[in-house]
Amino acid sequence: MNATGIGAAVRRKEDQRFITGKGQYTDDVNRAGQAYAAFVRSPHAHAEIRGIDTSAALAMPGVIAVLTGADLAADKIGGLICGWMIHSKDGSPMKAGAHPALAQGKVRYVGDHVAVVIAETALQARDAAEAVSVDYNVLPAVVDPAKVKGATAVHDVAPDNTVFSWQLGDKAGTDAAFASAAHVTRLDFINNRLVPNAIEPRAAVGDYDAGTDSFTLYTTSQNPHVARLVLSAFIGIAPENKLRVIAPDVGGGFGSKIFIYAEETVCVWAAKRVGRPVKWTADRTEAFLADAHGRDHVTRAELALDAKGKMLGLRVHTIANLGAYLSTFSSSVPTYLYAPLLSGQYDIPAIYAEVDGVYTNTAPVDAYRGAGRPEATFVVERLVEVAAREIGSDPVAFRKKNFVSKFPHQTPVIMNYDVGNYPAAMDKALELADYKGFARRKRESAKAGKLRGLGFSAYIEACGIAPSQAVGSLGAGVGLWESAEVRVNPTGSVEVLTGSHSHGQGHETTFAQLVSDRLGIGIDQVSVVHGDTDKVQFGMGTYGSRSGAVGMSAIVKALDKVIAKGRKVAAYVLEAAESDIEFKDGRFTVAGTDKGLAFGEVALQAYIAHKFSGQELEPGLKEGAFYDPTNFTFPAGVHICELEIDPDTGVARIDRWTAVDDFGTVINPMIVEGQVHGGIAQGVGQALLEGAHYDDEGQLVTASFMDYAMPRAGDLPSYTVGMTVTPCPSNPLGIKGCGEAGAIAAPPAVINAITDALGHEHVAMPATSQEIWRALQRMPTQMAAE
Amino acid sequence: MTTVSMTVNGKAVSADIEPRTLLVQFLRENLRLTGTHVGCDTSQCGACVVHLDGQAVKSCTVLALSCDGATVGTIEGLASDGALHPMQEAFREHHGLQCGFCTPGMIMSAVDIVARCGHHLDEQTIREELEGNICRCTGYHNIVKAIAAGAEAMGASSPMQHAAE
Repeated sequence: MNATGIGAAVRRKEDQRFITGKGQYTDDVNRAGQAYAAFVRSPHAHAEIRGIDTSAALAMPGVIAVLTGADLAADKIGGLICGWMIHSKDGSPMKAGAHPALAQGKVRYVGDHVAVVIAETALQARDAAEAVSVDYNVLPAVVDPAKVKGATAVHDVAPDNTVFSWQLGDKAGTDAAFASAAHVTRLDFINNRLVPNAIEPRAAVGDYDAGTDSFTLYTTSQNPHVARLVLSAFIGIAPENKLRVIAPDVGGGFGSKIFIYAEETVCVWAAKRVGRPVKWTADRTEAFLADAHGRDHVTRAELALDAKGKMLGLRVHTIANLGAYLSTFSSSVPTYLYAPLLSGQYDIPAIYAEVDGVYTNTAPVDAYRGAGRPEATFVVERLVEVAAREIGSDPVAFRKKNFVSKFPHQTPVIMNYDVGNYPAAMDKALELADYKGFARRKRESAKAGKLRGLGFSAYIEACGIAPSQAVGSLGAGVGLWESAEVRVNPTGSVEVLTGSHSHGQGHETTFAQLVSDRLGIGIDQVSVVHGDTDKVQFGMGTYGSRSGAVGMSAIVKALDKVIAKGRKVAAYVLEAAESDIEFKDGRFTVAGTDKGLAFGEVALQAYIAHKFSGQELEPGLKEGAFYDPTNFTFPAGVHICELEIDPDTGVARIDRWTAVDDFGTVINPMIVEGQVHGGIAQGVGQALLEGAHYDDEGQLVTASFMDYAMPRAGDLPSYTVGMTVTPCPSNPLGIKGCGEAGAIAAPPAVINAITDALGHEHVAMPATSQEIWRALQRMPTQMAAE
Repeated sequence: MTTVSMTVNGKAVSADIEPRTLLVQFLRENLRLTGTHVGCDTSQCGACVVHLDGQAVKSCTVLALSCDGATVGTIEGLASDGALHPMQEAFREHHGLQCGFCTPGMIMSAVDIVARCGHHLDEQTIREELEGNICRCTGYHNIVKAIAAGAEAMGASSPMQHAAE
């Protein structure tokens, strides 16, 4: 193996700047003459705006302008969009209410954008924002997604607050399966609402150059080209060729930085309005109020079994809270990113899902790490665990009996699983977790007065999103290919320009490893360029664990073209037939001879062009490629959570965590394991700690790190991470994707472990010590005393 | 406006600031030392940790004026003569960072933990001591390993110098 090639645990190239404080995040960007924006936000969940008095604010020190929705409308700036069309069962299109970047007539959640103050300093802007006087007529708010019908309409276009009433699967066939079932397991639960909370808050610097009539937006984005496209084509800031979007170092995204938000839109628009660069950086409270949240499902799920414990059918009804406006990809998350994963790792002949997407007076809800797949996995793995107990089956044997075992496997809900080996991951996880020793550990815990439980989660996800034709047929407004350009310099060093974006994933290292592997050059000779629409021609960005499977596949295609051109150049220089030129380990050689050229020598020859005429071959060595996948990829695995509960306090302490994942080909195992660790932490956070809570009036009562419990080092264990490998057949590298697995797998593993410790009791997420303690009080006394 | 003077990373600095200016704002806006980050507004996340007269503090909760005459160390001052501090090196070696945003605060806290708790740190101690630093990317596993290794390396490289920090 090449020491810096595919499979090597290379230390990250990008770390030097991060560990020395030299990273360049958006808030570190300062433009000459910049002014600062502060937003006036709605204190009410639902209200009409009767008037906005900006006079006091305008009179305050340093204030340059106060702008409102009327100013946006006057400049013909369009509203924010949702880029995925969902149709209801009756064929009608989803009911998307208008989403102006600054409110026009109405506010619909606490934190909604009413006006922006631009001032000389950030503090002056904040002071003046306090002085903007808004006359509100407060309206009743609806907060509970299960109680939207009959409530005051959030948008007139959806009088019953239902955005869509969508279905997937075969209703009649599934109903028939349930009618013939020997056993049915039913569960009602809430998939708790989460706040993504990347530690870097969102930020934006908008700049306008009157000399060229062009805009630049520095922003915390996972997909700057999509941001430019939306800001240009839909919002109407400027034509694409007059708008440059730069996403520099980005401090975590987890989905929340995919979307095109009001604040970034306003900063770039206002820069021209006031003739100054405009900078805005969210504080954490603003992030809680106005970043898109995640999850928030109310679900009833049923699993039908035959008398032998084989799965016959699965039926789900979910109410998905979409918040007050449809965020950029919100409609796809509880539909096509959710229901097609309801088959899990199991061979289930009939599945039917109904999803009602609803408006409430809460922040918009959109993709958060896993995006639909954690919710689907929670449905499946909780049902499976409870069903196994109900029919008296061992949870491992029950899973294995129902695992998909032949590939490709067509599920009843769109997906065609290409490859996998589910029992192998289960067996490896059992071994790494010392499953055989669990009974002994449980006895030892009992002696100490503690309740020990073990929970499984056998998850599957669909990544590498995705074939453009496929997502187009499902309602996506964009294609989901990826682009790459490989620029070889005359001295043989290489720049790779990618449409993927790294915000912690380590692309500068892993993408360089791929180039090192293919071209036989060191990773120090490779630079990865991303996140700037003036440098990279176009790209779809990073989310859905797609950068390896899709982004790197595009690089492979471009590298193949570079090598093909290199062979032509080498043939001229070596005076051999092109068909006789071989490329291996960084050298072009004439087959069967010792004549050859190093990659760098061929690069130089390509640029000096002395050995061939321009009519025979174009000079230079630069190739680009677009790669459109042929299928989703299907990472899968088994996570095992073992924990101990103190029955006196209800505190659950995770003792062991075992993860065995099949991500296909792994480029850098160190980075992949790190992704697994982080995903597990977020999943454990959802299961034990995190929950965004609005009160009945729509006030977010968990709007700071003092009120919203983020997982801290002391809440988490060390993890045992293992892997199995079945290479993905649908992309040239065999990569499946790893970024979301932990967050998808973890929540049901935790809850299954808790219910295993307690007996049959269901426990809601987050299973805080209070929640667990209450569950203990509901249980028969002998169990609690055990 | 009021004048404040202090020593930052060994250099004497002085500026006229609004009295309400926080130390982190002074570092980032006046000195353009942008390695120190702001991740929250309630003194919880620890992205802003710097050393004030040798002790770790959250610079989002310290008024710059209260640091008049003080000595401040930030992430930018940790490496000396181009050589990384052992704790910086340990974070890279053990993949103790992903997006890098919490990292400066983590490293400054880690150096402080070693100063208070010594070079031989067990996992539980490190996890408890990291109460004031939040990372959303790593799940802490590799941060814990990095701090343990960095602490040992600090002891091995120059125990006197680092013990004095």
